[in-house]
Amino acid sequence: MTTATDVVAPRIAERLSQNRYLVDEGRPHIRVIDKGKPSPALLALVTICPAGCYSTTDEGKVEVAPDGCQECGTCRVLCADTGEIDWNYPRGGYGVLFKFG
Amino acid sequence: MIEKFDAIVVGAGPSGNAAAYTLAKGGLSVLQIERGEYPGSKNVQGAILYADMLERIIPEFRDEAPLERHIIEQRLWMLDEHSHMGTHFRSDVFNEAKPNRYTIVRAQFDRWFSRKVKEAGATVVCETTVTGLLRDPAGRVYGLTTDREGGEVHADVVILADGVNSLIAERAGLRPKVRPEHVALAVKEMHFLPREVIDQRFGLKENEGVVIEMAGTITAGMAGTGFLYTNGESISVGVGCLVSDFKENGTSPYVLLDRMKRHPSIAPLIADSEVKEYAAHLIPEGGYDAIPAIHGDGWMIVGDSGQFVNAMHREGSNLAMTTGRVAAETVLELRSTGKHMTAHNLSVYRKKLEASFVMKDLKKYRRLPSTLHDNKQFFTDYPRLLARAAETWFRVDGVEKKQKEREMVGSFFKSRGLRGLISDAFKVARAWR
Repeated sequence: MTTATDVVAPRIAERLSQNRYLVDEGRPHIRVIDKGKPSPALLALVTICPAGCYSTTDEGKVEVAPDGCQECGTCRVLCADTGEIDWNYPRGGYGVLFKFG
Repeated sequence: MIEKFDAIVVGAGPSGNAAAYTLAKGGLSVLQIERGEYPGSKNVQGAILYADMLERIIPEFRDEAPLERHIIEQRLWMLDEHSHMGTHFRSDVFNEAKPNRYTIVRAQFDRWFSRKVKEAGATVVCETTVTGLLRDPAGRVYGLTTDREGGEVHADVVILADGVNSLIAERAGLRPKVRPEHVALAVKEMHFLPREVIDQRFGLKENEGVVIEMAGTITAGMAGTGFLYTNGESISVGVGCLVSDFKENGTSPYVLLDRMKRHPSIAPLIADSEVKEYAAHLIPEGGYDAIPAIHGDGWMIVGDSGQFVNAMHREGSNLAMTTGRVAAETVLELRSTGKHMTAHNLSVYRKKLEASFVMKDLKKYRRLPSTLHDNKQFFTDYPRLLARAAETWFRVDGVEKKQKEREMVGSFFKSRGLRGLISDAFKVARAWR
């Protein structure tokens, strides 16, 4: 079955491949905190995260893979009230490294 | 031993650099902490530099700063699906000896600005993320912690120039959380083209540049705008809308950007270009009423962290540099008179901003964010109605002009109604006042 995420995933991956990143392996700076049924705000991130970091699992949960994250903070702001996201900046020097900005 | 400075500045964007530079020039011991690999590596902007506000800090900046093009033409476009209409203002007067606006590439510009900060005598430490503020039992900020080993540093005053997310102040409880309706999510691509091609497409010569600001159906009914700026050998193209609107609308920002790039008025301008970067960033757009407390015992907030953006006029980096400079000048004045960095004494910072264009302009448009948020017809109905009216007016088809006028006026009444039209006009006038 093709989901909405499958359709956009290749496009966003191609886009992000032009960017420079230094990924802090094994230390994701964003985590989803499971609070049961995902809130509408958390579900919205699957489409509106500009780096396509969020996806839904077969069980209807939302997960995050922040390797391509641009550290904009949209998810942090949107889920501030639901407490479903633990958001930190990457360690110094890690994460996205804009060539132009 | 824990090091102590006169002042610590968090962040090396325009506000942090303006503050650190001014403080160091004033003879203070300054530590500036930046989490990126180099200053600029975490920063995103369109980007337009307003010369006046930088000139007040570094008068000779034109001789050395990496500038792309000086702007000689401003286009304001309203778009529907097929067309654009609007105003172009191009003037040879803008080819003055000291131009007022330039396009810049932030990763390069911020690195240059940071070099000036170092030359002025500040200690700049990169690749270091600030993890929290140190406060005494009375709440006074006396330093901060970082993710470096033994990363505790002390200072008389901490200036937070840490950007739109303002994480440090929020976690320390110095400010409320950033609201989704107070920030816009903008995505942007850098399209590279040979300099001559850009010159040809926009009718430019010798570093002349054009900027286009756009509104209309490109934001799919959300409150937002698009932009296209000419750099030396690239074109910045982007679109941004309120985060709260993205949530309700459910459109992917990059889908929105792709659609905008395919618009018949925009596609030819960026045709055959090579995209070398895709960036996303939040822009504070809550206006005057979203500005948090910007000073307290031992701390100040400058730039995006303080929501200092005039969304209507697309001004941000100038407010960042001005707030950074004014905060630093306040510190220098207190020092020279032997006063402590208390909330009471630092309130001079706020007073100075209230007396300047910074707060006056933001106050002028304080109703605009909510007006646009609550009235999406300005982004959908009106662009379409105006485009249809123009189409009717310019098409020569044997229909008499009086009939055309009736059709045009009728279409506005049909769509918005008399009360709607009057109320919309009233809202715009009120928000603009």
